[in-house]
Amino acid sequence: MKIDDVPQDDNRTFKGYGTKAVYAVDEQGRYTKTATSGWAVEEVVLRDVLDDFDALAVDAKNRALRGEASPIEFFLYRRLMDLPSLARAMGLAKWRVRRHLKAKVFKRLNTALLQQYADLFRIDLTALTHFKETTDIEPDH
Amino acid sequence: MNLITNYQHQHFAHCESGVMATLLKYRGMELSEPMVFGLSGALCFAFLPFMKFGNMPLVSYRMFPGHIVKALPKRMGISYLRKRYKNPDQAMQELDDYLEKELLVGLQTSAYHTTYFPPEMRFQFNAHNIIIVGKEGDEYLVSDPVFDSIQRIQAVDLKLARFAKGLSAPRGLAHYPLEVPDPEQLDRVKLIKAAIKKTVNMMLYAPVPWIGIKGINYLARRVAKLSSKGDARYTRLFLGNVVRMQEEIGTGGGGFRFMYASFLQEAFQETGWQVLQEASERMTAVGDAWRGFALACAQMVKKSSSAEPAEIAPLLRQCGENERQLYKLLKSAV
Repeated sequence: MKIDDVPQDDNRTFKGYGTKAVYAVDEQGRYTKTATSGWAVEEVVLRDVLDDFDALAVDAKNRALRGEASPIEFFLYRRLMDLPSLARAMGLAKWRVRRHLKAKVFKRLNTALLQQYADLFRIDLTALTHFKETTDIEPDH
Repeated sequence: MNLITNYQHQHFAHCESGVMATLLKYRGMELSEPMVFGLSGALCFAFLPFMKFGNMPLVSYRMFPGHIVKALPKRMGISYLRKRYKNPDQAMQELDDYLEKELLVGLQTSAYHTTYFPPEMRFQFNAHNIIIVGKEGDEYLVSDPVFDSIQRIQAVDLKLARFAKGLSAPRGLAHYPLEVPDPEQLDRVKLIKAAIKKTVNMMLYAPVPWIGIKGINYLARRVAKLSSKGDARYTRLFLGNVVRMQEEIGTGGGGFRFMYASFLQEAFQETGWQVLQEASERMTAVGDAWRGFALACAQMVKKSSSAEPAEIAPLLRQCGENERQLYKLLKSAV
C-alpha cells in the first residue's frame, strides 16, 4: 500500500477517538508508519454486525416487556455478547445461563446472581429487576 | 500525575508488538515495531472452524495473542518476567508499586472494560495490551499503543479489565523485561534468519489443514460453499467476520502483511540480502490483494454488487497462491 492509497474515510466509529497507525510505502519505496482515519470497508462490516445485534436486542426487549423473555437476554445482545461468551464471563455453565434467559426462571433468581449479571453488564441492579420501568436506561459504559 | 519521567507515548499499528517495542526501548533496546513482529515470528494465518467466536469460526492473521510476549524474549535472550495474579487487590497494589519505582510494565486487559474504547468496539476480547504510565486520584493514565494519545481509565474499570473471565482470560498478567542484552552484542543476521525460517515453515508446512497456506485454501473452499446454504444473513455475517478479523481487530490481515513487509525491508538493510527486498515488495502486493478481497466482501455485505460468494473465493485462493510463492522465495534465502 502506498501512502497516497492509505484510506482516510473518517470512520464514524473512530470519530473523536483519534486515528489508527498503519505501515505504508513512500515514494522512494521505503516503509513508514502513517495514520489513517479509517477505511469505509471496515465501517460497512462493523455496522452490519452491530445492526444484527441491534435487531436481536430490540426483539429481546419487546419479548421481555411482554414477559416472554428475561431482561438478561436484552442486555446480552446490547452488550455485543453471545451465549457462550456470557457463560464464560459469568463463570457459569452454558445450560444454566440458557435457563436464566427464560422469564419464568429469571423471576426466581436470587439477588446475588442478579447482581453478578448487573456488574458484568455494567448496569444498576434495578435495570434488571425493574426492567419495565427502566427501559429507557441505556447502559453507557 | 506520577508520570514516568520522560515517557513519550508512541502510536503503533498493533497492541502487543507496540507494548513490546515500548518496554524494550525503555530498557535501552531500540527495535522497531515491525522488527518486534517479524523477529517473534508472529505472522500467521489460521482458520479454525471448530472454535467459535461470536458464533463465527475463528479467523486469525497472526499467531495467537500472547505469542509475541512469549516468543520474542526467548529468541533475543532477554530475561523476562510474566506474572499472573490470583488476588486482584494485590495485582493493583503491585502496579502502584511499579509506578512508584518508575518501572514500566505491560498489562493484558479485556477490551470490554476499557472504557476509553469506542462503544462499538467493546467486544468480549480479552487479549488487549496496554501500559500504565501514571495515576491521578482514582484514574490511571494509559499508554495504549493503538491510540494516538494518552487515555484515562478508572481504577475499578482497570481492575475489571485485568480480571475479566472468559477465553484467554488475562488473570491480571503483568510483564516486563528484567534484563536486556547489550544491543551491540546481538547477532542480528542470525536472529533474522531463524525468525524467517520459523514463519516460512509454519506457513508452508503446518501439519494441520487450518494453518498457513492450507488454512487460506480451506477458508476459500468454505467461502465458495456459502451461497448454497441460502441463508443470506449467515453469508453476510460470515464474510463480515472474515473482514473484521482482517482489517479491524488489531490492524488485521492487510495490516499484518504490510508490517511484515516492513520487517523484510528492514531485514534487507541489516543483512544486505537482495532477495529480502524483493520479498518485501511481493509481501506488499500480497497485502494489497488481501485488501482487494476485503473490498469485494464489503460490497457483498452492502449488497452493492450481485456477486456470489463463489465468485470471491478465487480472490482468496489468489492470496494463498501469492503467499506460497513468496514463502518459497524466502525459503531459498534462509
